[in-house]
Amino acid sequence: MAISFDEVQHVARLARLELSNSELLIFQSELNALLGHFSDLNEIDVTGILPKPHAVSMHNVWADDIAEVGLTREYALRNAPRSRAGLFVVPTIIEE
Amino acid sequence: MFCRCEVAFGGEPNTRVCPVCLGLPGALPVPNKKAIEFVLRTALALNCKIAMRSVFHRKNYFYPDLPKGFQVSQYGETNPLGYHGFLDVPNAEGGIKRIGIRRIHLEEDTGKLMHLPSGGSGVDYNRAGVPLMEVVTDFPPDINTPDEAREYMVQLRQILLYLGVCDGKMEEGSMRCEPNISIRLEGAEELGTKTELKNLNSFRSVQLGIQFETRRQIAVLESGGKVAQETRGWNDATETSFAMRLKESENDYRYFEDPDLIPMEFTEEYIESLRATLPELPLAKYRRYMADYGMTTKEAGVLTGDKHWAGFFEQGVALGADPKLFSNWMNSELAKYLNETGQVIHADLADDHHALSKITPNHLLGLIVLIQDGTISGKTAKDIFREMLVSGDQASGILAKSNLTQISDDEQIKAWCKEVIQNNPDPVAKYKSGVINVIGFLVGQVMKQSQGRANAQLVQELMKAELENA
Ligand SMILES: [Zn+2]
Repeated sequence: MAISFDEVQHVARLARLELSNSELLIFQSELNALLGHFSDLNEIDVTGILPKPHAVSMHNVWADDIAEVGLTREYALRNAPRSRAGLFVVPTIIEE
Repeated sequence: MFCRCEVAFGGEPNTRVCPVCLGLPGALPVPNKKAIEFVLRTALALNCKIAMRSVFHRKNYFYPDLPKGFQVSQYGETNPLGYHGFLDVPNAEGGIKRIGIRRIHLEEDTGKLMHLPSGGSGVDYNRAGVPLMEVVTDFPPDINTPDEAREYMVQLRQILLYLGVCDGKMEEGSMRCEPNISIRLEGAEELGTKTELKNLNSFRSVQLGIQFETRRQIAVLESGGKVAQETRGWNDATETSFAMRLKESENDYRYFEDPDLIPMEFTEEYIESLRATLPELPLAKYRRYMADYGMTTKEAGVLTGDKHWAGFFEQGVALGADPKLFSNWMNSELAKYLNETGQVIHADLADDHHALSKITPNHLLGLIVLIQDGTISGKTAKDIFREMLVSGDQASGILAKSNLTQISDDEQIKAWCKEVIQNNPDPVAKYKSGVINVIGFLVGQVMKQSQGRANAQLVQELMKAELENA
């Protein structure tokens, strides 16, 4: 289970990381070393065991449908790099 | 969905937000139980299989409509709460068209972006994190035309309203339709590249949008071009679509199970208890009305189109009303009146612009009884009906007060006939000379004299007799 240079580049693009060729090569070898450790786990027989996202065996942790007041707008916008008229302001995305 | 912010339409931007829906570090999501129940009930109503074990996934993408960098959704063929179901859509000929449902999953809605004249985009996160149920139809598609898409949407909306899981207001975006459209040559098997259409906020724009997109794709191909796989927006004002953004291929979303959310597991018992809460659905009602009351597809369609309308009808029938007469009055006079005044017949339908009408099934039944036993004429009934809607009084009470009872007294009618004959020598002469239909005028004069209260059939009979003697 080795990861190719192209895959590292692709994942970096998806994560919006701008990496130089030499950085990509470093990450490729580091990621491959990491994946190598996981390949040891592949030798364990897991037939009949369901995949689970947790180590805890819990299910159905739900909340009742009761509305609560959250943050004030002033508070919510306080850390926004830019805001205007009660809106968070981001660089233009939609191009028509 | 995963926080406790109030769900509402409109309002000042960013006033219904909290650390969870803003994706602030350290905030932990907890799913809303009611939303899960609503999706499961919808899945049952749409004949779906239920995922007895189901998890939430993260769909990763960078777009400022979601502040976390991912949307919580449900991935996979059999993991979504409901899968492999169908919806039967009735047509005017009394048949049905079955539309396969591939899956129904639960996810969170996104925030709203708006272009700012001063540069940049403004984001309102009030809608971010609102529970969103996505119903995905089968592929290859069962829906072949813009009309079928519209009918499917109409039927789906009815079911959601019957279930009470959505208010169905397309203009407010609480129900949306994002059709994926592709074309193929007649007789060909393979469908062409699909495009997805967004911003359709009425049944009409669903139909128009698909029509437009079909024509656009044909034009692209016929001019030697290629249809690009993309998401397009619908502009209601110009009735055209425009390219929004290229769709990233599914793999690029890097779905994985959300480690912050605990898996869901359902017992047969729980699912059956939800099934027991399902109301009689519109199609079943529609079929029953045709079978039990001999209604046409149109009558049954109108009555079952809204659950409160159907409820009003069923209460009337339960009180002993003649189903046909009752539904005729509902679908003509009552519908007309409600339409004119903007009133509604159920508290659930009332809002700032729609007042609750004073009429109940009992009111309408009281009126129909008076017509059936001949106490009042059809014309008088309409007057009483209007009065009843304004005052909220029962028909019999209005009748007693207003002296509108139908007059079937032979002597009184005979006297009026004689009077009319005396005052109208010319028409009488015409009648005698063989212009028989002039009797209509003479009968009309008697009706006028009686202020519309005379029994018209009786007037006709007695007028004929009196004219013979004259
Ligand atoms: Zn929130």
